[in-house]
Amino acid sequence: MSEPLLQAVDLQCERDERILFRDLSFSILPGTVARVEGPNGSGKTTLLRMLAGLNDAWSGNLLWCGKSRSAQREEFLRNTLYLGHRPGIKPLLTPMENLRALTAGRRPLPDPVLRQALDGTGLTGFQDVPCRNLSAGQQRRVALARLLIADEPLWLLDEVFTAIDASGVSAIEQLLQQRAAEGGAVVVTTHHDLRLPGMQRIVLGGGSTDEC
Amino acid sequence: MNADCRPALTLRQDTVGALAAMQTVFARDMKVAFRQRQDLLNPLLFFVMVVTLFPLGVSPEVSFLREAGAGILWVAALLSVLLSLDHLFRHDFDDGTLEQLVLQPQPLFLLVLAKTAAHWVLTGLPLVVLTPVLGVMVHLDGNSIGVLCLTLLIGTPVLSLIGSIGAALTLGLRSAGVLLSLLIIPLYIPVLIFGTGTVASAAEGAPAGAYLALMGAFLVLALTLAPFASAAALRISLFNG
Repeated sequence: MSEPLLQAVDLQCERDERILFRDLSFSILPGTVARVEGPNGSGKTTLLRMLAGLNDAWSGNLLWCGKSRSAQREEFLRNTLYLGHRPGIKPLLTPMENLRALTAGRRPLPDPVLRQALDGTGLTGFQDVPCRNLSAGQQRRVALARLLIADEPLWLLDEVFTAIDASGVSAIEQLLQQRAAEGGAVVVTTHHDLRLPGMQRIVLGGGSTDEC
Repeated sequence: MNADCRPALTLRQDTVGALAAMQTVFARDMKVAFRQRQDLLNPLLFFVMVVTLFPLGVSPEVSFLREAGAGILWVAALLSVLLSLDHLFRHDFDDGTLEQLVLQPQPLFLLVLAKTAAHWVLTGLPLVVLTPVLGVMVHLDGNSIGVLCLTLLIGTPVLSLIGSIGAALTLGLRSAGVLLSLLIIPLYIPVLIFGTGTVASAAEGAPAGAYLALMGAFLVLALTLAPFASAAALRISLFNG
């Protein structure tokens, strides 16, 4: 388990003729939670999209399990779960239908499991209401339900605490910690003051990484 | 949040088959479309309106309509497909579904093909179904209506497939409408020429087989090349978004 899942070597990213970060190197080992930190506009989301494979305007090397990621696209995608600002929830579909559509393309799960996951995010009773009738936080929770049933070892979560209430936030913190204990790896960007024991920090704007 | 339904953590070596993933995409698009029927009716209504306005605006003469009818129907069908193209990826782009689509461990062009197929079933196919009614209205004879339906049946998927390239390319732009038309119309022209040409030659009693075979070739060409181009264009639009 000591081999890094994802390794970044000398990443450099330029956006609008401005260098967001350069010489950025870090390793994401199984069993770690890494938090990407930095002020607004420092490139946190850009970095996460790079890691997810949604941005190719960068130079440097990204290694998946020790080998170049671009050479093993499908292996990488199979084992990575990315949740962005816009998590892919269709307003016209119900939480159940959304969750079913999002999981069926990767690993189909029986309905009771999906229902249980929605229950687990506090959406009991809302499973069959169209998502456009739900609040922003509830819609977020539909996307987060994916985390409860995801078996991808690497999670890339962008602003995962947005619009979530206090009890939800602590539940997610617990989930991330539990995930790391099980051997999963999580990279999060957040402005929420996330403090988990052994959390790895990737600091943008300063361009260094360290352990806290 | 409890998490007692989680399997153990290992690297996954397998995933669902490409066909199952395509089915999921297709089914979701159909479901979303039927929840928003207004969007479904728009291109159809446009098609019917354009065709009904021609006799009123130009001439209700039987001889004129019989001659121009097939062309009118083809142009109206082409424009109404064009009208619906912007919706093909736009909603998915806005709510993040497209990101998740690109990140699925499947060849993207197959998923794009599934989306395009859904688009055709929701816009092109209803146009073909409506054509006989409107054909009678513009005084086409039975044989011409049959050939016209056949050309539209082969032609509208080509329109959807070519259109998907333009829709994907203009996705990152705020107002894509005009650019989309400018990009796509030149590529639609050959389909239109052969589509109406088939009906014209059939009306003169010539066999339409050769024309139809050429249209079939268009379809095969679009079917094999367009999904790749759209998938590449989608990546560009998403990566810059």
